[in-house]
Amino acid sequence: MKHLTEYRDPHLVEQYATEIRHLATRPWNIMEVCGGQTHSLVKNGILQLLPPEVNMVHGPGCPVCVTPLHMIDKAIWLAEQPNMILCSFGDMLRVPGSRKSLLEAKAAGADVRILYSPLEAVKVAKDNPNKEVVFFAVGFETTAPANGMSVLHAHQLGVKNYSILTSHVLVPPAIEAVMNDPEARINAFLAAGHVCTIMGIDEYFPIAEQYKIPIVVTGFEPVDLLQGILMAVRQLEKGEHRVENQYSRVVRPGGNPAARNIIDRAFQVTDREWRGIGTIPMSGWELNDDLSGYDANRKFNVPQEKAPESTECIAGQVLKGIKKPFDCPQFGKKCTPSNPLGAPMVSSEGACAAYYYMRFEN
Amino acid sequence: MISPIFFPGGNIGELAVNGTVNDVAMCGARPRYLSLSFILEEGLTMQAFWDILVGIKFAAEKAGVQIVTGDTKVVERGKGDKIFINTTGIGQMHPKASIGMDKIKPGDKIICSGYIATHGIAIMSLREGLEFETTLESDTACLNHTILALIDQFGSDIRLLRDPTRGGVATVLNEIARDSHHGVEIQQAQFKVMEEVEGACELLGLDPLYVANEGVFMAVVDPNSAETVLSALQKLEYGQHASIIGEVVEAHPRQVILHSKVGGRRVVNMLTGEQLPRIC
Repeated sequence: MKHLTEYRDPHLVEQYATEIRHLATRPWNIMEVCGGQTHSLVKNGILQLLPPEVNMVHGPGCPVCVTPLHMIDKAIWLAEQPNMILCSFGDMLRVPGSRKSLLEAKAAGADVRILYSPLEAVKVAKDNPNKEVVFFAVGFETTAPANGMSVLHAHQLGVKNYSILTSHVLVPPAIEAVMNDPEARINAFLAAGHVCTIMGIDEYFPIAEQYKIPIVVTGFEPVDLLQGILMAVRQLEKGEHRVENQYSRVVRPGGNPAARNIIDRAFQVTDREWRGIGTIPMSGWELNDDLSGYDANRKFNVPQEKAPESTECIAGQVLKGIKKPFDCPQFGKKCTPSNPLGAPMVSSEGACAAYYYMRFEN
Repeated sequence: MISPIFFPGGNIGELAVNGTVNDVAMCGARPRYLSLSFILEEGLTMQAFWDILVGIKFAAEKAGVQIVTGDTKVVERGKGDKIFINTTGIGQMHPKASIGMDKIKPGDKIICSGYIATHGIAIMSLREGLEFETTLESDTACLNHTILALIDQFGSDIRLLRDPTRGGVATVLNEIARDSHHGVEIQQAQFKVMEEVEGACELLGLDPLYVANEGVFMAVVDPNSAETVLSALQKLEYGQHASIIGEVVEAHPRQVILHSKVGGRRVVNMLTGEQLPRIC
């Protein structure tokens, strides 16, 4: 796999790890925002290569994990309506709602389909004109262009039986929420490379300035991650707080203009509830008012009640980096991937599931 | 049950025969007789059924097994999924076979017979909505001749045989660790994964260690003869790409530890349910 194996070169990995070990003189808490980065750090055993001074804290960037319980319940409610096809990305299916998961709803007869692209859902809608088709549009800035595109595409084709259940979330407000939490002790961030591929890096300058923290836009391969960590440690040791772009082979400063254009046409910023964290102002996207006919939440009479979260789950503290999964008394006991108390145990990108499957017991 | 029933490299019929033949062979037995029953859904074309039957015939001939009994039922349209095939096999134990979890000792080497994750990805590439262009074919094969040749030559040096079908090699390795009460250490770099398969796994966020295989087996072997077993296997059918992927250890009992390509270490655990493609 050209252009991938280069970033998994064991010699480069060792070189960067050695440099980090030499450079780090004080304890630093570095948060990787994105669940994909958490997954890669654990999957490749990179955490074991870091010196004790460098503590990686696993942030809230797992879309499955931060989708609130009541959104899952809404998706399940929609899936159970007659003449309804609910389409979703695969890893949303196993997330427990307050009563059941989408997978269980599917097993009980609901028409729930795993798709790889929301544009496929528009095709499903076209092919099933007598049914309503809803796509469960979750994710960060990365999935928004495709989800937005599906609505614009349906609008253009005049497909009226298509809509999306939106639960889009945004990275920069989440970073601010983490920094504003009095308990959080984060010294630097690795920003999510794929999010910046879409959005560019401009949003991060004011954050780095306001909180005096280094932010390094970082990729997902072992060499990327170690280089990103090295850049962050170098800044921290020098007392700097700049925005740097480690992932420059993909991330352009202005992002992807075509994708941003679609986002602008399809979405507007809104307050959003994050599972385990609570509502963060202006931290999500919903469909623009002129596309409200494609908003499943408004189109169908979806019940709006909110079921309470498990009181035993410390997901909020894990997602904000205050606690590690091992700090949870229920980890691996009452809470496992087959019986998760909270979402970070469900998605493979969730910190708890990553620790459960791949990390050594401390 | 498999969907789709025809896939590059085979069909549901061959898969049913090979699956049962391999299960019998992994016990250290020569598969001899198979029962084979169909549940057909009304509407399955005769041509498709015929093609499946031909697949079964050739697979049985190649494996050297006889299909001695069976049954056919037809269900109404909508009450089945085109075709279900149910097979059972019996065989005769090889006199030299001495296979079992209790035979495994720390120090034993673990051999993987070939490229992993090929079948699962070949099937997935055809599923609705994915359809990435690929020339990948399922690795479905009968492994009994290869297995029995090894047992013939190495007898009790072969301690355990398993075919990592659904759940992939990671599941088998975990079963070995769990049931032998020893630890297992594996080297990520020693597993062979075809480039296309690796690419597809990257794209979908799947770990090839958990993806299904149909023509691969894993063998736990005596460390003193591991290299000889490996070179013998590499000369046998379906064994050319075999490699030693790890060993049984005394440390961390019941746990599988992977040494990653980049020099890290991590646990490989049992998977809960099937792997689902990730959002991003």
